[in-house]
Amino acid sequence: MISIKVLLVDDEQNFLCTLNKRLSKRGMIVEVAGSGEEALEKLESFVADVVLLDVKMGGMDGLTALYLIKQKWPLVEVMMLTGHARVEVALRGLELGAFDYLMKPVDFKDLLYKLEDASMRKAYQEEKILARKRNKQKIEQSPTVY
Amino acid sequence: MSSPSYYQGLAKTMMFTIILVSFAPLFLITLIVGYQYSVAYKEKVVAHMRELVLKHDQNVDSYLDEKVAEILVLADMGGVASFHDEANLEVLHNSLVRRHGSDFVDLGLVNSQGVQVAYSGPFKLRDANYADADWFKAVKKHQVYVSDVFLGLRGFPHFIIAVLLEAGGQEWVLRTTLDFIAFNKLVENIHVGETGMAFIINRKGDFQTTPRRDMTAEVPFLKCLIKGQNGHLDLVRGRTTMVTEINPSTGQETIFMTSPIKNGNWIMVYQQETSDAFSDLNQARNLAAVILLLGGIGITLMAFFMSRRMARKVEVSDLEKDMMNEQVIEAGKLASVGELAAGIAHEINNPVAIMVEEAGWIQDLLDEGLDKFDNKHEIQRALTQIRSQGTRCKDITHKLLSFARKIDPTIKRVALNGLVQEMVLLCEQRAKFANVHIKTNLSDSIQDVAASPSELQQVFLNLINNAIDAMDPGGGELNITTRMDNGVVLVSIADTGCGIPKANLSRIFDPFFTTKPVGKGTGLGLSIIYGIVNKMGGGITVKSVLDEGTDFILQLPSAGGVEVVQSKDSIPRLLTTNMRI
Repeated sequence: MISIKVLLVDDEQNFLCTLNKRLSKRGMIVEVAGSGEEALEKLESFVADVVLLDVKMGGMDGLTALYLIKQKWPLVEVMMLTGHARVEVALRGLELGAFDYLMKPVDFKDLLYKLEDASMRKAYQEEKILARKRNKQKIEQSPTVY
Repeated sequence: MSSPSYYQGLAKTMMFTIILVSFAPLFLITLIVGYQYSVAYKEKVVAHMRELVLKHDQNVDSYLDEKVAEILVLADMGGVASFHDEANLEVLHNSLVRRHGSDFVDLGLVNSQGVQVAYSGPFKLRDANYADADWFKAVKKHQVYVSDVFLGLRGFPHFIIAVLLEAGGQEWVLRTTLDFIAFNKLVENIHVGETGMAFIINRKGDFQTTPRRDMTAEVPFLKCLIKGQNGHLDLVRGRTTMVTEINPSTGQETIFMTSPIKNGNWIMVYQQETSDAFSDLNQARNLAAVILLLGGIGITLMAFFMSRRMARKVEVSDLEKDMMNEQVIEAGKLASVGELAAGIAHEINNPVAIMVEEAGWIQDLLDEGLDKFDNKHEIQRALTQIRSQGTRCKDITHKLLSFARKIDPTIKRVALNGLVQEMVLLCEQRAKFANVHIKTNLSDSIQDVAASPSELQQVFLNLINNAIDAMDPGGGELNITTRMDNGVVLVSIADTGCGIPKANLSRIFDPFFTTKPVGKGTGLGLSIIYGIVNKMGGGITVKSVLDEGTDFILQLPSAGGVEVVQSKDSIPRLLTTNMRI
């Protein structure tokens, strides 16, 4: 299994703790943050593939955090997590570029699949960008061919 | 809510208003029109009477003048000598009777000694001595004399016309007796209505004509009446005088129309009882009275039944309104719960999520095997965590239940501080997500208030929810203070939110007034609060500065010595419940 780098953001310490243990056990590299601000801080040093972000938190709320993350690290996939279903929040999240939207309590298997999907998409996107860069370089280097 | 006497009063007020409003115009019209009509009618009746009297007045005068003139002609033409001859006198008399009907009963010549020397007529009156008769004395003075009616020698009412003649140095008197019956007819025929009649009376009060009924009893009164008329200087021919007096003999108010005839010697009296003269008017008046009475009864009955029906309808609709109010409060409560739901759902899903994850973790560890590392310990820790999260769930549901119970309006003695704390805890989660910091400053010295705890809960929940909404983007600080002031418990709920514009300040307690977008607020919250606080006998005031914040101040009367059901309910229990959000 590829070691996916996950950043867990939630204001419930107990939740973070247990989920951290379970994901780590499955070979993922996990970091935790207790708030939106902390998450942004963590992302500076920790290059995450996927961020699992609680929507409703004290302080900076989830949607703001999502927006800021996407601004700074557009390639990082963000999965929204919420205690209750609210369509408008979900839609807003997807608009802002969230990968998916999950309800608490989450089915663990689902979570794993989604995390994998998200990391795969991120890898694919990076691949594409890399390929484009390479192509560009090739084109730049080959004017002499003609 | 109102007592039955209120509705009785309402019905009474309505009834009197209806009666007054319907009666007043009816009464006024009847009165004014009736008055106008009666004045016009009376004038007409009196004018008619006057005309009648004047006409007969003239008739009588002209009758007398005519008779006098005829006798004078006779006197001029005949001469004493021809009258002295009884046969000749009879011829003359017969001629008179033939030409003038039976008006001239007899004809006679009287000498200066008062002895009738010649006579023609149905009575044997030759040689009758008239020396002492009033008329004989009067004719010597006046030349021509028409006597009053008297019985005379023949014992039969009659009156005479006497003319003084002079022949051969001697005075003679030619006299004729006029038929009283024929004369009587002149006035006897005046017969109007039931009591209207006319008669002629002389200055002494003797009847000159026979009244239709016996009037001897009325003579003194009539005399009085005539005497009274003497005072009038304008008593000349052609004038009638009307007097309305109580006729003592009949006891009825009677109209007397008097007019002088025969140069004021006689007076024609026309009399009619007022009620008879104005009988048509009285009939009309009676009719109006009957209509007024029936209308009045109708209006009163209608007013009575209608007002009772209306009052009953008002009572029913008030009852419905009260019920509706209760439903509105209930609905408002549900709306408040709805607002809470978002926070609650998140709140309850958090521990559930933890429990699910812990359970998953245990499964992971079991899959790995209990003997490895310190998995046993880890499982134990996880179980403890699950238990504590379960307790947290229970707390949340209990908290919600304490509020979501049906509203119980029973008044109880409520410790306000506890209730405020309970509501603050209920809202804390919501406040946290809205970045609102709730500060409470609760005075220990405040007295209990007498109120329905569930209604008070609603008051505080609504106010706190509103405050949090007012600080929505950005958050702020919510200060809740309780203190005593002059025996009144004051609760201040002050936020640092957007404030309320002055234009809206007067309307915030109106039902359905809301500045929230459609579907977000019912506009009932503050109006429900207002209703509840008012019902308690308390008050609510609001101070607001735009962009600085709003301060709602509740004045709640303290329970004092008021005997109220001691609350054995969930309030104290909730206070001791360990709550953690």
